Amino acid sequence: MSRLIQDYGLWTTDYRLIKMSRKLLLEHINVPGINTLEVYRQKGGYRAVEKALKTLTPEEIVEEVKKSGLRGRGGAGFPTGMKWSFLAKPEGVARYLVCNADESEPGTFKDRYLMTYIPHALIEGMIVSSFALGAKVSYIYVRGEMMPQIRILEKAIAEAKAAGWLGKNILGTGYDLELYVQPGGGAYICGEETALLESLEGKRGNPRIKPPFPAIAGLYGCPTVVNNVESIAAVVPIINDGGDEYAKIGIGRSTGTKLISASGNLVKPGVYEIELGLPVEEFIYSDEYCGGIANGKRLKATVAGGSSVPILPANLTLKYANGEPRLMSYESLSEGGFATGTMLGSGGFIAFDEDQCIVRNTWNFSRFYHHESCGQCSPCREGTGWMEKILHKIEHGHGTMDDVDLLWDVQRKIEGNTICPLGDAAAWPVASAIRHFRDEFEWHIKEPVKSQSQNYGIANYATPIEKAPVTEEK
Amino acid sequence: MLKVEEQTPVVFSSELLAKFDEVKSRYPEGKHKSALLPLLHLVQAEYLWVSTPAMDKVAEYLNIQPIEVYEVATFYTMYFLKPQGKYALEVCRTGPCCLVGAEKILSHLENRLGVKEGEVTADGLFSFRGVECLAACGFGPVLQISPEYTFYENLTTDSVDKLIEDLKNKS
Repeated sequence: MSRLIQDYGLWTTDYRLIKMSRKLLLEHINVPGINTLEVYRQKGGYRAVEKALKTLTPEEIVEEVKKSGLRGRGGAGFPTGMKWSFLAKPEGVARYLVCNADESEPGTFKDRYLMTYIPHALIEGMIVSSFALGAKVSYIYVRGEMMPQIRILEKAIAEAKAAGWLGKNILGTGYDLELYVQPGGGAYICGEETALLESLEGKRGNPRIKPPFPAIAGLYGCPTVVNNVESIAAVVPIINDGGDEYAKIGIGRSTGTKLISASGNLVKPGVYEIELGLPVEEFIYSDEYCGGIANGKRLKATVAGGSSVPILPANLTLKYANGEPRLMSYESLSEGGFATGTMLGSGGFIAFDEDQCIVRNTWNFSRFYHHESCGQCSPCREGTGWMEKILHKIEHGHGTMDDVDLLWDVQRKIEGNTICPLGDAAAWPVASAIRHFRDEFEWHIKEPVKSQSQNYGIANYATPIEKAPVTEEK
Repeated sequence: MLKVEEQTPVVFSSELLAKFDEVKSRYPEGKHKSALLPLLHLVQAEYLWVSTPAMDKVAEYLNIQPIEVYEVATFYTMYFLKPQGKYALEVCRTGPCCLVGAEKILSHLENRLGVKEGEVTADGLFSFRGVECLAACGFGPVLQISPEYTFYENLTTDSVDKLIEDLKNKS
């Protein structure tokens, strides 16, 4: 266990045991002291800053990021280079880059991991990205609960500043940049970019109505780009090796590598960097990655991209409805739409073994969304409460058959009817649980006593009750 | 709901005010309201909770209305609006942690400390509550202890017992 980490108040088992084929972000994670500037520099750190500031123009950097095909790693998967190119550049108005480190999606813990072990990767990415966007002040908005990570980042920023990588006239190029860490206050909603900006302005985290998008009017009404931690860290290898090289990794429109947070009933949960396009089956069962299901049990279901994405039964996780193998990529995971597919989302991969109860888990997730709804839009504020109550009733043996239909009806009325995507995120897990595990819900209702002491086990996967339209990635 | 009651006024120490000044300097001219969340964290670290008089003082410092502080303090879950134990234990209770036994840890804490969620032990040392996802799902069950937010992973009932003993001996 690293003594250094303990100094920041984090007591963790060292999970950096992973061996992987192609690593861009976690390549040096096992190097002792990689969290310090000195060691990070020895391993080639801050090369991207030198290259970007001395040899490239901001427009060229944006072009490289566009060529790389990098897609936002926070969950939405929107092309990062395109997002950057939308940034308005009016004369005499400040521009901001804000890093979204408010990682709160259940099942996702990759950003926390990256910031814990290689904080300089994020700082290096922030410098290059801020330069590309013309930002003179940038903020890393870290969720308040991550105080150890905030301490780690602040230490790393001070180190970088003392060495001249931040502050006035960086590397003698005349470029000035100040970088600050902003703690949140404990609200999932602040992971939504406009809620994050409200919070950064010292207000309640209520998402704004778009348009105007942050690229036009963001922080303090100025043009702003909000990017996830992993997206910003990925800018470093893109600048070092070039966008074209980065685009060669991965599969199709899913270029590069992706950090996957693996949790649940797995032999080796943890954070893995995979090349996009890896078969899901290999990811779950190979010893290189998760090593299979813990305690010799069978896989029942997975949530592939954080709690918001649809849950899939084991058979549909590993293969498409037509029997072809499913891959870890944006396109492959969403193959089949919501009827038989899911989404890559933020890469929060949760595995459920045969002893897990889907009804209980759906209730748990609904409680989460009810707790985290900001309360601005009625469908979400009221609907998430309804869903939690109905699911609580079914889970505790007081449900009726009408409740399943009511639940379906409520989630339909939330989806698409709210300012921000939290409403959709609350509705999808419920919809998909009913779609694929309706028999388990009905068993809870028919067997109110038995279901309190026993689990349904591996489901007889129900046929989808409604063919949902293929949802475009936002 | 936040109830505004008569409470002893607070005076911030000069050390705390110096920290306030540093935080305030991070934002552009006129945008100092951005300092509100970090300031409330600093207040909580000092007093272990955020009282109404303390919030009023923060409002005065930032030159904003008290309501602007109240609305923020009541929105975010990290700010304690009533006194907690010296060590406030927060256990993650969301899905992935429950798959690996978070509920067992919560009920164990209830038995071990002899108080219900949200209550403070008689010696004033401990309080506990379940919180939503702490972004360490692969290393669950997990808990954090405010005000420092030290973080503990891969909990078992034994390791929780040991943790409580250590904290007791420390104070």
